[in-house]
Amino acid sequence: MSTPGYTNMNTSVNYATQNGGSAPPYQNGPAQSYPQSAYPASGYQAPPQHYPSNTGHCVSAPTKPPQMNNHYGNYYSQPQPPLPPAAGAVTAPSSHTAPQGSLPPSHPATNTANPPPPASTASMYPAAYQQHPYTMPSSAYYGQPQQYPVAQAQSQPQQQPNLMAVSSGTSNNNNGAHLYPIVSYPSAPGSGQYGTLRSSQATMGPAPASVPGPSVVAATPPLVSPATQPPGQPAPMGNGPTPHATQSATPAHPGYGASPYCQPAAVNGQTNASQTQTIQQHYDQSLHGHMGYSYGAPPPKAELPDGDRAVSGTTPATSVHSSPGHHPGLPPYGYAPNSGVSAAPTHHHPAPATPAEQSSSSSEDEDDEDEDEEAGGDSSSSTTGSASPVPNSYESLEGGSYTDPSSMVPPGDPSLQSYDYSYSSMQPSYIQTAPRSNPTPQGGYHQTSYHQDLAQPFPNMSQLSAALGGMSAPEMSVDSLRPVNLLQERNILPPTPAPPPEPSLSTDLKNVNCSPDTFRCTLTNIPQTQALLNKARLPLGLLLHPFRDLSQLPVITSNTIVRCRSCRTYINPFVSFLDQRRWKCNLCYRVNDVPDEFMYNPVTRSYGEPHKRPEILNSTVEFIASSDYMLRPPQPAVYLFVLDVSHNAVEGGYLNVFCQSLLDNLDKLPGDTRTRVGFLTFDSTIHFYDLQEGLSQPQMLVVSDIDDVFIPTPDSLLVNLKDSKELVKDLLNGLPKMFNQTRETHSALGPALQAAYKLMSPTGGRISVFQTQLPTMGAGALQSREDPNQRSSTKGVPHLGPATDFYKKLALDCSGQQIGVDLFLLSSQYSDMATLACVSKYSAGSIFYYPTFHHVHNVAQRDKFQKDLQRYLTRKIGFEAVMRIRCTKGLSIHTFHGNFFVRSTDLLSLANVNPDSGFAVQMSIEESLADTSLACFQAALLYTSSKGKRRIRVHTLCLPVVSQLSDVFAGADVQAITCLLANMAIDRSISSSLSDARDALVNSVVDSLAAYRANGSSLQPPGLIAPAALQLFPLYVLALLKQKALRTGTSTRLDDRVFNMCEFKSQPLRHVMRLVHPDLYRIDCMSQQGALHLNDSVVPQPPRLQLTAEKLARDGAFLMDCGNVLYLWVGKCCNEMFIREVLGCPNHASIPPNMTQIPELENPLSEQTRTFLSWLQETRSFTPAFYVVKDEASAKSSFFQHLIEDRSESALSYYEFLLHIQQQISK
Amino acid sequence: MLHVFTFAAFCYLLSLVLCASLIFFAIWHITAFGELHSDFKVPVDQDNPLHARERLRNIERICSLLRKLVLPEFAIHSFFCIMFLCAQEWLTVGLNAPLLVYNTWRFFYSPTDTKELLYDPASVMTGDTLKFCQKEAWCKMSFFGLSFFYYVYLFTVHIEPVVEENLHRDI
Repeated sequence: MSTPGYTNMNTSVNYATQNGGSAPPYQNGPAQSYPQSAYPASGYQAPPQHYPSNTGHCVSAPTKPPQMNNHYGNYYSQPQPPLPPAAGAVTAPSSHTAPQGSLPPSHPATNTANPPPPASTASMYPAAYQQHPYTMPSSAYYGQPQQYPVAQAQSQPQQQPNLMAVSSGTSNNNNGAHLYPIVSYPSAPGSGQYGTLRSSQATMGPAPASVPGPSVVAATPPLVSPATQPPGQPAPMGNGPTPHATQSATPAHPGYGASPYCQPAAVNGQTNASQTQTIQQHYDQSLHGHMGYSYGAPPPKAELPDGDRAVSGTTPATSVHSSPGHHPGLPPYGYAPNSGVSAAPTHHHPAPATPAEQSSSSSEDEDDEDEDEEAGGDSSSSTTGSASPVPNSYESLEGGSYTDPSSMVPPGDPSLQSYDYSYSSMQPSYIQTAPRSNPTPQGGYHQTSYHQDLAQPFPNMSQLSAALGGMSAPEMSVDSLRPVNLLQERNILPPTPAPPPEPSLSTDLKNVNCSPDTFRCTLTNIPQTQALLNKARLPLGLLLHPFRDLSQLPVITSNTIVRCRSCRTYINPFVSFLDQRRWKCNLCYRVNDVPDEFMYNPVTRSYGEPHKRPEILNSTVEFIASSDYMLRPPQPAVYLFVLDVSHNAVEGGYLNVFCQSLLDNLDKLPGDTRTRVGFLTFDSTIHFYDLQEGLSQPQMLVVSDIDDVFIPTPDSLLVNLKDSKELVKDLLNGLPKMFNQTRETHSALGPALQAAYKLMSPTGGRISVFQTQLPTMGAGALQSREDPNQRSSTKGVPHLGPATDFYKKLALDCSGQQIGVDLFLLSSQYSDMATLACVSKYSAGSIFYYPTFHHVHNVAQRDKFQKDLQRYLTRKIGFEAVMRIRCTKGLSIHTFHGNFFVRSTDLLSLANVNPDSGFAVQMSIEESLADTSLACFQAALLYTSSKGKRRIRVHTLCLPVVSQLSDVFAGADVQAITCLLANMAIDRSISSSLSDARDALVNSVVDSLAAYRANGSSLQPPGLIAPAALQLFPLYVLALLKQKALRTGTSTRLDDRVFNMCEFKSQPLRHVMRLVHPDLYRIDCMSQQGALHLNDSVVPQPPRLQLTAEKLARDGAFLMDCGNVLYLWVGKCCNEMFIREVLGCPNHASIPPNMTQIPELENPLSEQTRTFLSWLQETRSFTPAFYVVKDEASAKSSFFQHLIEDRSESALSYYEFLLHIQQQISK
Repeated sequence: MLHVFTFAAFCYLLSLVLCASLIFFAIWHITAFGELHSDFKVPVDQDNPLHARERLRNIERICSLLRKLVLPEFAIHSFFCIMFLCAQEWLTVGLNAPLLVYNTWRFFYSPTDTKELLYDPASVMTGDTLKFCQKEAWCKMSFFGLSFFYYVYLFTVHIEPVVEENLHRDI
């Protein structure tokens, strides 16, 4: 296994050109994000329909809130800021809705009936909208805060004359008045994701105009959003109580609550689109949230003016923008566009305001997006129709109708029109520059400001990066080739984690290359031929983390996604433009035409610069897929929880924790208004829960025929979360008590899974299974296969494979129906992880294991379970996903590692994709790469977001091709190699035997070092020589051999072993490396030397220590970071001050034996330690468990087993291992 | 000659027929793997969620068919190996022995605890496995192709004396 064994090297053809070199020189600046205008969810449903409910709603008040609400509601729920006084009424859980909700009561009015409010309200809204809920500080993409005002007003007049009149009149009345921000949510800007929401409400006439906003109102009568409100402004909130509102005949509906109002708003965008108005909304995904929010207010007005219209769903478009700038504390930037976007009637696209902003903005985007996803507000809401003059694919997608094409067309700019829609988001910035008053849609385009900005940033960035880059490529390779005599190098571990090797590319290419966290290759210099690869004896493969939470991600909406016509590669930064009209694919070398649309650069708003497009400036981009990419409407988010309630489960007490976590996170489940949930519990029978809306309490339906499971009431078991939220809460509150007295010890997991499959197969979605013991009944029953006496056997370990096909087959069925199964195993006894894990492995699920879970006796595990659940429930999720990895012609992928189903040789089918799973692939070189200087890899992940939008995330990695063996060694990425080897070893241990796998691991080190030696000059000193790039290789391999998954001779429970294997196969590289080689720090005497200064805190950076007991000292305290566990080992003679100030105990003896957290004490030492701890944890998605280990505690064996450089009873020490390798090499 | 038609000749005749069937099996394998390999006809459609189920069904169907063919193929092959053994055609037996051993190993060796043998839908699509299977099928086909001619030749060798005898007798 150590060597890639491919003998076939074809040196046949080459593809003519090297594209590599020719790759576009463009530098990309900061990432830019483009807002999208796609219409998500609505796509499938005609917008009008959707919305109608709203209007209807308003009209008739009584009806329950339209579904739309959910979107937004979920979103905001988190940070509920204090409501403004007026708002007080609201009790609605979701913050979002809440503010508005408050309105209704007072304001039943919003109904169409009210004439008065319309225009004015509209105007108000915009102003209100300042909030950027999500904006991060630097975000400014589109920068300028103030732009909102715009178009709407204008557009309205045109298109909806009647409205106009009314509105204008009203506007006068209102003038000045009415925008009251709903207020601010206290959360500091930039703080939490949700932190900064503000909602603005429009109050009708009476309210004093407290709004500082530029009351745009004046300028444009109809609707203008004053952009600039002072952030801090307290809103005088007006809520509903405006006279007008009250006028409305319909009394406030209690039920009404917040939602109705919100809805409309959210909807607004859509409705607009559908209607004649040409409003473009943009959306960045991130924005969605915003949008929803902002819109909330507007609806009322729309209706007001025009009763009829309202019904139809036409709300006058209000452009609401949240202006980032306004936020207090927020940096000026802003993504205003997002939030605001929607309104602009004309096709203005928010453009990135300033370059600097751009970069930042993009990051913001991402965040927003992430948030959105999590919060559930996402995409679907977002982009609403971009009404583009030119009919495009969108229409079909989104369902927006473009009734009034003429109006849409910006008069001035015919040529640009076509492009507009796609980049609608750009507008805001534009707007900004443009006077609000600008009547014509054209205002949007001010090219001047743009260009300047753009031009600048890029150069700067490049310079910066160049400066930071430091070493030039040659230097690096020299350094990484420096021979190191491992036997003499006592401190081989660098004190700070070494960055992954950088490919020696030109600076331009390096700057646009994919982040190593996302996409990594074991050899950063790709050998030209298989023969060369075989000589190096290193594995060639890729490690991917494709759905990682990103801090910045350009999102592109465009109705044609440019791809190579023959190999379907997405256009990327590494293609070469032969001339203005043609580009050459960097994977298959075919020459393609540049479509017309692509010639227009939305960022600079200029024509003829395809190489400045975001696709060309970023190697990680996300497209909103057009309808070409779906044959059926995207599925809603559907979650089914399958819970073990047998005696064993009740005894362990996980139900309480689970129910509580779910209750806490119910509003944060990613999804939209269509989100559905269901519950199913089982012991020896299967219990379904009817949660149909309208029931007074959940009904339990018991099916005891487990041999032939049927679904009692197929329609009411998976229910809309929004509609049945109360019932769901009731159930979760009652569930733990329901089974308190159970005596049933059997577990019919198989039949329960079958039932779950049946229940979910019409829609697809996610099944979360909680299991606490070996399944003992029905299909899929298992017997214990573990022989405890064999746990420490040095011979083979049997039973690493599944005992039955049942779970694998079920997983394949699930995969076919787009159902992902996640397994939580909380068992203290053997439960055959090897078999049960199959159900997740082939359905792209994740596996969690809590071996000694008990809610009372094992607090650390309980806390971990709780935190994991929190992350699990709220993390982003992609449904019905497929991932395809393409590589430059000549390279071929032959083996995949991870959780998925391989659907065709290069296509992975992922029923669910989550941000915490990683993949690995092995490659071989089938044809010589001699004719090219660059090899490229592209991973494209097509998925449905939780908001029901089809998206494609594309990552492209570019690496140089080399012909010298020394260059291959110089580019070796030892961490990636280790991870790939771990995957290969695990496959080997299952398909062959554990000892085979271990031998293969050792051989891989021996072979590669021998190859290096053979290649090296005769000058090499004696001893065990490794190139600097591979100096940690023996250490990491030794660490692998001592992992639970692969060790022999040390007592290891079979389930632990198999779970460890699953982790290696499905975790991203960084996490795997922490498992393999934990970081050890001495933390009782951290100095400020080399400390990181982040924001307002100083994070000490103690050096990493070798993992050997030699580095431990009795008078010190050491922290070991194993990825999912943190150990704090406190020496017997540890400094009393440290124990007192950090641990809060008077002396070593009084440290409690099972301490699982550090108290928050107010002293510098404690703060420093806690800062460091939280810094360690902040980049990982799951919070590690924390244990304080005392010197003599029995727990210390679990700590010492990680000291992999030491000798253990059955394994070599590091030095012995080196000697062993040396011996093997010289043989 | 008394033996007009020797047992060996009969064996060769029979194995000719069986060998032809094995060649068809091998061809069937090759086409099946080809189909598994190239599912590229409509790339966009392939990304479609609906396609997932069809594709999965297809893979499962092919795999289960392949698995159904495994036993007959092995049985046929071992059957005429036994016949040659009875006919004391040592050379032929020797030539077939490696394949027999390989088949037995393939059939009984299974790393997992399950009874499932080859062509697991979950792993068959991995590039490696698929390539291996394809190579295996090609090898088998060429082996059976060659042995087909070999059997034809040996059949004529065994039948020839009889023919001569007849001729003489007629004369």
